[in-house]
Amino acid sequence: MTRVAYFDPHPAPTVPRQSPLHHMAEIAPTGDVAVTLREHAFRDHLNLRGEPGVLASAVESVTGLALPLEPQQVVFGDGTSLQWLSPDEWLLIVPGGEGFRLQRELRKALGDAHFSIVDVSGGQTLLSLEGEEAISVLMKSTVYDVDPRHFPVGKGVTSVFAKANAIIRRVDDTRWELVVRRSFADYCLRWLLDAGEEFGIAFQRAEHEVDAREAAPAGEAEMTT
Amino acid sequence: MFYIYCPYCAEYREEEEFHPKGQAHIARPLDPMATSDDAWGDYLFFRDNPRGVHHELWVHAVGCRKFFNVTRDTRTYAILETYRIGEQPSVTADSVSTGSAASTATLTGVQA
Repeated sequence: MTRVAYFDPHPAPTVPRQSPLHHMAEIAPTGDVAVTLREHAFRDHLNLRGEPGVLASAVESVTGLALPLEPQQVVFGDGTSLQWLSPDEWLLIVPGGEGFRLQRELRKALGDAHFSIVDVSGGQTLLSLEGEEAISVLMKSTVYDVDPRHFPVGKGVTSVFAKANAIIRRVDDTRWELVVRRSFADYCLRWLLDAGEEFGIAFQRAEHEVDAREAAPAGEAEMTT
Repeated sequence: MFYIYCPYCAEYREEEEFHPKGQAHIARPLDPMATSDDAWGDYLFFRDNPRGVHHELWVHAVGCRKFFNVTRDTRTYAILETYRIGEQPSVTADSVSTGSAASTATLTGVQA
């Protein structure tokens, strides 16, 4: 097996951590709320790189998600998602606490193949935008054409968002997800709140996110080489 | 604004997502130590500046972050073709002047 040092960046649910948007106050839904914005912090984000032929079977057997081979494709599972980012790059998002285990299993399944897995959980965060006017908020924010005819459910793109960039993906008819860089999270959120003000927007913080290991703590901290 | 076809994302994207990276198809001399100063200088510093069809390297900086080639007319800014790294252009100055590839030129790159 290739010698790669990797570790669990968040070894136990008891270790405190802050979401990139911890300082933002909630905005309770009042009156007509056409857009609800939520932060889904503390999910584990893994960046997978390699030839599709190398990754496909291992990724499918470990995550249960078929590796999307078409450009701009994203597949959603139960709390998980796997998105095409470029011809040799995918983004796997799983519930918090599962990333390290998955990474270990993937490395085991891939063996000596030429690939890379990087835990990027600390560098980005997931936002969801839900409601009938979510699409209007996106239209104000990105140069990408989010019209339903051009942006069906199950599509995900990386594009310019406000004056930063973001991964934009469509989960269902009225629900969209944004993956933004941690350092731009504050900016993007303020932009969204401003853009959504005319439609009525609510913002829910991330406290409700539960670490997957809290239910069944198996958490041995370890470093694998 | 350009509307550029990314051959990796397989769709047209806004110019904002791309960066131009200069002339395409510049091969590094295989044996730098045996390369004359003139040839090395040409490789390192000198670039074509044609009036007409030009092959350029672009990167889809905000999208898939892949480099690819663009054939562009420097007189009209029209993008005649985009193609992947490692591929050869089907539209060249010669093919445009003779008109032989005029039909293929409209296939992949020209904006609708």
